[in-house]
Amino acid sequence: MSGYWSEIITGGKSLVTGMMITAREFFKPVVTEQYPWEVPTMTPKFRGHIELIGNEETGAPNCIACGMCQRACPSGCITLSSKKNENGKGKVLTSYVLDFTKCSLCGSCVESCNFNALRYSMVYNLASFDKNDFIIDLMKRLEDQNICKR
Amino acid sequence: MTVPVAPRHDETFVLNVGPQHPATHGVLRVKMTMDGEYIVKAEPVLGYIHRMHEKLAEAGSYAQFMPNTARMDYLHALAFNHGWALAVEKAAGIEVPERAEYIRVITVELNRIASHLLWWAAFLLDLGGFTPLLYAFDDREQIIDLLERITGSRLTYCYMRFGGVYNDIDDEFITGTRAFIKRLRSRWQRMYHDLVTGNIILIKRIKDIGFISQEQCRRYGATGPVARGSGINYDVRKNEAYSVYSEFDFDIPVYNECDSMARYMVRMDEVEQSLRIIEQALDKLPEGPVMAKVPKVLKPEAGYYYSAVETARGALGHRLVCTGDKNPYKLKLRSPTFCNLSLFGEVAEGMLLADALAFMGSLDLVIPEIDR
Amino acid sequence: METSIWRALLYLVGIMAFAGVNAAWLGWCERKGAARIQRRTGPMEAGYQGLLQPLCDGAKLLSKQLLVPQGVDGILFRVAPVLAMIPAITSMVVIPFSENVGARNMELSVLLLFALASIGMIAILLGGWASGNKYAIISGARSVSQNLAYEIPMLVTVITVVMISGSMNLRDIALDQQGGFWHWNIFRLENGHFVTMWISFLIFFICSVAETNRAPFDMAEAESELVAGFMTEYGSMGFGLFMMGEYLNIVVGACLTATLFLGGWDGPFGMTSGIWWFLIKIYILIFTFIWIRWTFPRVQIYRLLNLSWKILIPFSMANLLITAALIKVF
Repeated sequence: MSGYWSEIITGGKSLVTGMMITAREFFKPVVTEQYPWEVPTMTPKFRGHIELIGNEETGAPNCIACGMCQRACPSGCITLSSKKNENGKGKVLTSYVLDFTKCSLCGSCVESCNFNALRYSMVYNLASFDKNDFIIDLMKRLEDQNICKR
Repeated sequence: MTVPVAPRHDETFVLNVGPQHPATHGVLRVKMTMDGEYIVKAEPVLGYIHRMHEKLAEAGSYAQFMPNTARMDYLHALAFNHGWALAVEKAAGIEVPERAEYIRVITVELNRIASHLLWWAAFLLDLGGFTPLLYAFDDREQIIDLLERITGSRLTYCYMRFGGVYNDIDDEFITGTRAFIKRLRSRWQRMYHDLVTGNIILIKRIKDIGFISQEQCRRYGATGPVARGSGINYDVRKNEAYSVYSEFDFDIPVYNECDSMARYMVRMDEVEQSLRIIEQALDKLPEGPVMAKVPKVLKPEAGYYYSAVETARGALGHRLVCTGDKNPYKLKLRSPTFCNLSLFGEVAEGMLLADALAFMGSLDLVIPEIDR
Repeated sequence: METSIWRALLYLVGIMAFAGVNAAWLGWCERKGAARIQRRTGPMEAGYQGLLQPLCDGAKLLSKQLLVPQGVDGILFRVAPVLAMIPAITSMVVIPFSENVGARNMELSVLLLFALASIGMIAILLGGWASGNKYAIISGARSVSQNLAYEIPMLVTVITVVMISGSMNLRDIALDQQGGFWHWNIFRLENGHFVTMWISFLIFFICSVAETNRAPFDMAEAESELVAGFMTEYGSMGFGLFMMGEYLNIVVGACLTATLFLGGWDGPFGMTSGIWWFLIKIYILIFTFIWIRWTFPRVQIYRLLNLSWKILIPFSMANLLITAALIKVF
């Protein structure tokens, strides 16, 4: 019988404690971010989808089309093509297409690159009704960025 | 004259809980044979999110499997990262710099706290309490922000590398982590224990519910908080200490009650222990490189290798068969939740539906890890 | 009180408006209250602080197709949501909002209210049964056992109040409590009723939470066990009516609690009494409903029945006896 009474008392007390805690929280400020109106700042190491790094002066991609990133990718997201450099040695990148639908943002491509030609972008709000929007032409993206810079 | 039909007590019906059901947290399906609200037989049906990760490991190189590990147990992704890194390092004989080991421990433990907080939140949601979820997420968000700063991602990390980690940690991360430890400790009693653990409704819901005996744990190979809630003092971090865990002073919480409340308390205490480990690791953090010199293409010697780590849900084993090639010949993953779930059918027999779902919540299931 | 057709029409419109506004905007209050407790903002986009959100929700629900799944009992399936609404609105007829505001002054209004409250339970049972869904049937069965268990302590506590006031007319019960908070049934000084009446108040309040199927007693809905319980198969306005019915039941529960225990429209310190006091009281009670819902986890069905049979019923019986003794002695 004593268990009956003590349970009512301790139980009732625990319920009141709980309600007091939520009541206190009720008057505290909001902690959430109002997303479309407030955007988060991305940390410098944030991994968005990859993008090409352009040469500081010319704006041409640093990439020499060695294909290391293509081989390192676990999912085969990267397709690149190149042609022979006509006025010099080596190859020139002609197209670099990222299939973001398969990408798992592991970063193997960026790490495998020895020529400072790839980095993560800061893009995070990727949403679309069209699958083709995620097949990203990185050469075109770099050109657009160069135009913006000028 | 009509003869009244005697009520049949063997009249049962089959209730499909899942694959889409709020309590299964994913695509688990439990085929329950019910007698009213009582469960006569419960049979988990798996495979709805099977993605053949083990086969994928054979298809690519060792490094290429790393991003997959985080997709299995997405709540404790870093432990799965760690497990795979350890297995391959063991096979290839790679020495990891000490600083990297410490960073691994810090990040894995932070991730463990995040995982336990999410379990706590989801468990309360199973029991119908919505508000604690948001309080736990508030704290978990701090961890995710910290980890995002150094790993670059928020949930499915790909942070470990064979021979070290991908990024070094900076001072801001260290001060942020210390601030987080202080913050969580100051909130721990009030927001977690006073609001929920002491609540009479919660105690009535999970105390003496879902009894798992030690014998059952052993028979099914249950590990982690499920086994420790049944009085089995087994934690890979202590019993087969890997990485630098042997250098820290921490306890393994063990409860002997064998019920859902015991499993609940084990996880709650583990969070406090993880905080202790992180604190010590930050104090002892040595200087030095975070990556060893590792060849670009790994070709471990032929042989069988096994390594285990303790994830938030129990022991994760990697059984690796190498042939000296650049990709593994065979990888077998011993995932903790698979064994923990296999208990469910036996224990849930004769339970009420609501109790069984509360019991299922106390097992802390992550479905992609079960199906792999 | 003469009954003219105009008076009836006026109250019909008034009650419908009161019920409609409450059913719609209590949803908003609930969402805002929950959000503040959880330190979120809640609806913000539709209108100032999301005040137009109920209208948007209503438009959405109205424009959706009323899907009647195959194999359901068509008539019962359609009747059930309406049945959830009607008793709640009808109950408002006998509620005295203030001394002069009240649609119908009826001698047995307490009895009528409880008769109507029982019909609300039948709506859930019918909805669950007609759906032909296993979750819904479990939910219907649960709600019946829950409502039966909680009607007993609720009625016993009401009998104590009726004994004190000597009337089954809600208006008379409220009139009996005029003149400051020490006359209210919960703190009633006269005959020393305050000794037990606050317990009666608590029992009545807990029972009204259970009767309206609100968390932590939302056995019928129990989304993590029964998906959505009796509402699993309902979409569009069928679901909408159930939701509105639930909110109206809360309003009726709060009105009853305020009338029976908190002096109805009486001001606490002998201040000018009026309808505003009644409204303040019921909205404080409604806020408590919301507050409770967003604090506690759900109870288990047999614990719920235990609470009723082992704690609430003995306590309410004891209170009944003590009250009777107090009335007899003094």
